[in-house]
Amino acid sequence: MEMISFNPHDTCNAFITTQIQAPFKEGALSGVPIAIKDNICTAGIETTCGSAILKGYIPPYDAHVITLLKDAGAAIVGKTNMDEFGMGTTTESSAFGPTTNPHDPSRVPGGSSGGSAAAVASGMVPYALGTDTGGSIRCPASFCGITGLKPTYGRVSRFGLIAYANSLEQIGPMAQDVSGVSRIFSVIAGHDTHDATSVNHPYTHNPDPEKINGMRIGVPDEFFGDGVDPAVSTVVKEALDVFASKGAELIPFTMPSMRFSLAAYYVICTSEASSNLARFDGIRYGPAIDTKNRWHDAFSKYRHDYFGKEVRRRIMLGTFALSSGYYGRYYQKAQAAKRMVREDFARIFTDVDIIAGPTMPTVAYKLGEKNDPLQMYLSDILTVPANLAGVPALSVPCGHIEKMPVGLQIMGKPFDDETVIDAAYAYEQEVAKNGR
Amino acid sequence: MADEIIIGLEIHCQLNTASKLFCGCSTDFRDDAPNTHTCPICLGLPGTMPMLNKKAIEFALLVAKALHCEVLDECEFARKNYFYPDLNKAYQITQYDKPLAEGGNLIIEGDNGERKIRITRIHLEEDPGRSVHMGSQDRARYTLVDYNRSGIPLIEIVTEPDLRSPKEARRFLNKMRATLEYLNVFDSEAEGSLRVDANISIKGSNRVEVKNISSYKGVEKALLFEITRQKNAIRRGLKVERETRHFLETRGVTTSSRSKEEENDYRYFPEPDLLPLRVKSWIDAIELPELPDARRERFIKQYACSVEHAKTLTGSIRIAEFFEKVASIDHTLASTWTADYLLGELNYRGMSIDVVPPDIFRDLLSHLKNESITDKSGVEVMRIILDKIAHKEPIETPTACITRLGLGKTGEGEITGMVKDVLDENQSAVQDYRTGKNEALNYLVGQVMKKCRGRADPAQLNRLLIELLAKKE
Repeated sequence: MEMISFNPHDTCNAFITTQIQAPFKEGALSGVPIAIKDNICTAGIETTCGSAILKGYIPPYDAHVITLLKDAGAAIVGKTNMDEFGMGTTTESSAFGPTTNPHDPSRVPGGSSGGSAAAVASGMVPYALGTDTGGSIRCPASFCGITGLKPTYGRVSRFGLIAYANSLEQIGPMAQDVSGVSRIFSVIAGHDTHDATSVNHPYTHNPDPEKINGMRIGVPDEFFGDGVDPAVSTVVKEALDVFASKGAELIPFTMPSMRFSLAAYYVICTSEASSNLARFDGIRYGPAIDTKNRWHDAFSKYRHDYFGKEVRRRIMLGTFALSSGYYGRYYQKAQAAKRMVREDFARIFTDVDIIAGPTMPTVAYKLGEKNDPLQMYLSDILTVPANLAGVPALSVPCGHIEKMPVGLQIMGKPFDDETVIDAAYAYEQEVAKNGR
Repeated sequence: MADEIIIGLEIHCQLNTASKLFCGCSTDFRDDAPNTHTCPICLGLPGTMPMLNKKAIEFALLVAKALHCEVLDECEFARKNYFYPDLNKAYQITQYDKPLAEGGNLIIEGDNGERKIRITRIHLEEDPGRSVHMGSQDRARYTLVDYNRSGIPLIEIVTEPDLRSPKEARRFLNKMRATLEYLNVFDSEAEGSLRVDANISIKGSNRVEVKNISSYKGVEKALLFEITRQKNAIRRGLKVERETRHFLETRGVTTSSRSKEEENDYRYFPEPDLLPLRVKSWIDAIELPELPDARRERFIKQYACSVEHAKTLTGSIRIAEFFEKVASIDHTLASTWTADYLLGELNYRGMSIDVVPPDIFRDLLSHLKNESITDKSGVEVMRIILDKIAHKEPIETPTACITRLGLGKTGEGEITGMVKDVLDENQSAVQDYRTGKNEALNYLVGQVMKKCRGRADPAQLNRLLIELLAKKE
């Protein structure tokens, strides 16, 4: 087995763990360094989810995507910083300190896959894996000016991804450009018997810039409405014009289910999280409990001491939403809303091939700017619909506002990640050609 | 009027699949060290996901079909959330509002004829790990956790409150055990393979749930205790509290577990890592084996067993299979000797019929059939052999045992000699007989039997005694 050396000058705190010597095998990605978000299990390498409660936890097994990457020859060079358990939009809630934006150290890189985005954007690695529960790949891709794909739900195995919200999240590639995303996606997509929700739908596509000609692109009014920075709207609309110039047809429409998306999303993700994170009771992972307290008192105190504030907030929200007497009012209603979002997408996709709009309502915030949780939750408004619907969604850089990158979001039909990638590639190629 | 007793049971049975419910770990862990049958999945390590064992579904469907349940078009797994050290994910994957099957029944022998006990539902779930308290549960210095059991497939069978006495509950459980064994989905002899929760009330009073009953005898004991407790409370004008109680097997009592920590809100929700199951159509392809009632009827017809013998012999598949291996020697002898003698001796020694080699028993039955030994000698040989098995000593065949101990039935010559000796030694009894005291004959028979250690054929002995007594006159 060969090794590559990896000793990056990590000025933005993108990594929690690095492998100074990273082994690799022969394969299509021989010796290609790749950074992995720290909620994806890597055998023998500490995996923390950005949380103090998992400090020192070394998984005995590789996530399925890690096995696939290693088999393809990639070198796992490090584990990237993230909002604790993926719960955030800024990477500030990590127990390992915030990651900063490579474009401006006073700003956040977005989140929760902020470390992966910063590692790619700063050039420390060409590729990274992120995970996306409500926008956690696309938001930091947008804020850091790189490309990131949240694949169709089921297209990439989640086995080995430390779950935050199982029914919403996917592992996806992050790269400098669309070809890079496509390259990594072709390695990690496909069926896995260890994940009952995974689907046998491998990705063997080469991005084709000509497919944009004649493509019908839905443009949702809601993505350019209240809460979206007009400057962002302007930049994204110019990007849509590029599509039109290449022969695509822009079709405005409305998405009534957008009204419920955010509420449904936060009920579902906090409910699932409250159950997923319950196993961290101090017995099996993380710093050992040092107490003679009774069991209930001991684990309650442990969870208070080692989970961060945002994680505790979401666990409590989810616990409440699932409680007897409230289940019907919250969880079931959220599931109904999720179905409406799905139906909305299905309806729209009878008429259009892809949907396009901004990824985030703004450019990257200043560190500490989003200290009101509700304000932070609202910033997910444009990304959560794709998670609720399970459809593929990608963010590709489409310009800047005062040097800060803006992301164009492209969503597609379920299992038609290929068309999303074709559209993004067409845009990227056209912009490169015109030196924009 | 006697108080009406209302009992419903929740029975948890481990299915004897080769691997666990959600991973490939072996279920055959009982002789092995703690935590040796585990993997990242059944340890509930972060990031792992359940993979459903198809065999477990098939086993559960067999049970559903045998109990005449309706399999739901779509069933679903759910998470039952609670904190406990042996529950490594802090939730148990079980089924909640969409179980595998609903609405069946099992027919048992009631106090007055047959009774149909309704089954509410059957669902599949995973067993948690096992806490091993070092010391008593209340005063343990520390607790260890063994995850070998974690992920063993369980079915939970819930009955309607149709049982009317502890004895009926016991009979129901025995019938259920037999049925599950006939289906070959359950090993009743594996330690901890069955756990029962019982709901019990006296009509008009509150219902009490008794948890943690882990043996067949325990169910009857726990219910008897609880009925007495509830009746006493009512008699003294107290209210029976609606509560959950725990059965302490060692002390035979139930205790209240009213601590706050046990008041759980399980926050059930559908398991997002498993898809809903649509297996209703599988049921047609599932063939039921012969079940206890059918086998009982067959034994009556095929082997001319008495009804009582047929019930005993089919009450457990192990006994039924054993009987069929030895029956060809002689149907009547085989059923009498298995049902009346062998099972009694085994029961007395706390042994399972599995340890008795059928060939050994066939040999014994052959001697009895040829009348080369007496019944009394037959029992003696059986006891000697069972004791050797119990002490794990090498066993001899009945033929060898009979020869070694000289237990073969006495010949006419040998017995005649012994009768003569006895008559010489017991002149007063001989006189009594001759003066018409018939009891004296019994005494003389006894004396001869004593001399030959029971090897004489009773009919032959009687005949010889009467003949010789007549001659000597």
